[in-house]
Amino acid sequence: MLGLLETGSGFWSAIIWIVLVLVIGSIVIYIRNKGEDSYKKNTEQDKPFISGNPEESKESSHLSANHIYWGFTEALKGYYNPLVKMHTGNINDYSSWIIMLTVIILIVIGVSG
Amino acid sequence: MNLSNHIPILIIAIPLLAAFLVPLIGRINKKATGILTTLALSVSLIFTIALAVKILTVGPQVYVFGATSPSLTLPSGLKFPIRIMLQIDAMSIFMGLITAVISFFGAIYSLSFIKKYDGVDKYYSLLLLLTVGMFGMEFTGDIFNFFVFLEIASIASVALISFRGVDYGEPAEAGFKYMMVSSISALMVLFAVGIFYGQYDLLNFAAIASMIKYSQLDKIALGLLIPVLAMKAGAVPMHMWTPDAYSEAPAPITMILVAASQASLYALFRIVFSLYNISLNALTVGWIIIIFGLLSMFIGVTMAIVQKDIKRLMAYHAVSQTGYMLLGVGVGLAVLANPVALQKYGITAMEGGIFHIMNHAMYKGLLFLTAGALFFRTGTRDLNKMGGLAHYMKYTTIFFIIGAAAIAGLPPFNGFASKLLIYESVYRFNPLLSIIAMVVSILTLASFVKVFHSAFLGPKLPQFKEVKEVPRSMVFAMAVLSCIIIFFGLFPDLIVKNLVHPAVMSLIEQLQYTGTVLGGM
Repeated sequence: MLGLLETGSGFWSAIIWIVLVLVIGSIVIYIRNKGEDSYKKNTEQDKPFISGNPEESKESSHLSANHIYWGFTEALKGYYNPLVKMHTGNINDYSSWIIMLTVIILIVIGVSG
Repeated sequence: MNLSNHIPILIIAIPLLAAFLVPLIGRINKKATGILTTLALSVSLIFTIALAVKILTVGPQVYVFGATSPSLTLPSGLKFPIRIMLQIDAMSIFMGLITAVISFFGAIYSLSFIKKYDGVDKYYSLLLLLTVGMFGMEFTGDIFNFFVFLEIASIASVALISFRGVDYGEPAEAGFKYMMVSSISALMVLFAVGIFYGQYDLLNFAAIASMIKYSQLDKIALGLLIPVLAMKAGAVPMHMWTPDAYSEAPAPITMILVAASQASLYALFRIVFSLYNISLNALTVGWIIIIFGLLSMFIGVTMAIVQKDIKRLMAYHAVSQTGYMLLGVGVGLAVLANPVALQKYGITAMEGGIFHIMNHAMYKGLLFLTAGALFFRTGTRDLNKMGGLAHYMKYTTIFFIIGAAAIAGLPPFNGFASKLLIYESVYRFNPLLSIIAMVVSILTLASFVKVFHSAFLGPKLPQFKEVKEVPRSMVFAMAVLSCIIIFFGLFPDLIVKNLVHPAVMSLIEQLQYTGTVLGGM
């Protein structure tokens, strides 16, 4: 069958996947279109829930890149601090890494036989 | 004269000739330089496709310089080749196709992108020379010539990375850094070439492969070649030049630089498989490559998450994706001496790794072009300063979504197909490696969600009210790459069966590689 990729442990077909997505998507849309009985238009239910805080203007509500995943990087400070420090931007360090790795590989290949 | 016999050299000669013609034409008409470059690269692309069809139907091709017939590898009475030759098998042409497609669309994108800069003729001339270097690295059957083409590609790359350096300091600095690391790598490659020549009096890949003994000197040569080629491919911890170079080069050049890095990766695979093959300690060298792959995948993606410059972020992702290729092919190499494991999952792992090279060239190329489109219109690469651009650049937004979904390995795009092959085969070698690869994919998605939100989503910002979609030539290049990504994603079996599998087998079967040049020896 065209589009059937054998992986050695099974197969993958994007065509079958798309058909499945369309079928499941249609069911989801059907259920959504049936609606929710308790919903009332133009009431408090239409407003976003932001823990009782006042809604900001649209222009000032855009979250910049600096703030995205702040918690993730903060939690992994111990990993990130040395890693970022390692990236000095200094060409001497770039060269040192190459030389160091060359030496390590030469030793490993030499020793392993 | 049968033209089809000369196609291998024409693929290289046409852009080379055009590279020297472009500055002359530029004296008369600046606009014509871009058109001439695109024309030359389109001819190269057509010839590459024709050669691919020939190789995949007839078998590997050789082109001997200066011989009475281009296929005469051994002059009468000689048992070893003395002439320089191109030796193109399924793996070489696989890489050649990537180079041809990426360079061609890079040139088309450049038609509008580079217009506002001075020195356009020099830009196109260098772009053509970079393409020549890449084709040469992929097609040559001679290790000294490989060094020469590596140098051509490196020197052209340095100048192109620094192209904007007249006005800004950073591009010049990035070019200088790339020049330094390239010089170190060139020196080590030359030293390794000297070792081979000193031992065997040979420079031809196939001839050296037929005689290689894995002596102490051969080990030293291998120990020099692996790190420097891995470094040129952007493997961690020697990847640090990539964010500098990829972010400062003009966007279409960054796309071509990704393909140039992959040419170095190809050279690494060619050397360990076709030159050394089972003469080396496959398990040890396989694990060295796997460890490079793991470090590249994980450190690349985690560094990408904290970036604020869109091109630096994408550069770290390029490092991370290189890790997948190294992992897949590394597993294949680690089980090379074990025919059962090789058949069970080694070949599939290599197919995943090699397929990922082509997929990565397409979606990472597309992503860099979308980053270039944002820079072209907003004048910034800082994600903190962007926002709401989907309101103004609808096509670019769609292309970005396609590229981001593909790199994150979301179905039904091409990145998913190659990653699936890697996950399922590598799992049978070592489950932990496969799990790490999947975690990296999730982090990749997270990182691109950040870019999408920061640059494209949100309300219209007043500073971008004049922003509009990029010119048609840029949209066209991005659209075609998007179509390729979707096609590869929908019909991955066609690509794996017709291009990837023959490429993998040409790496594994060393005897076929040497036999093409040495006949039945």
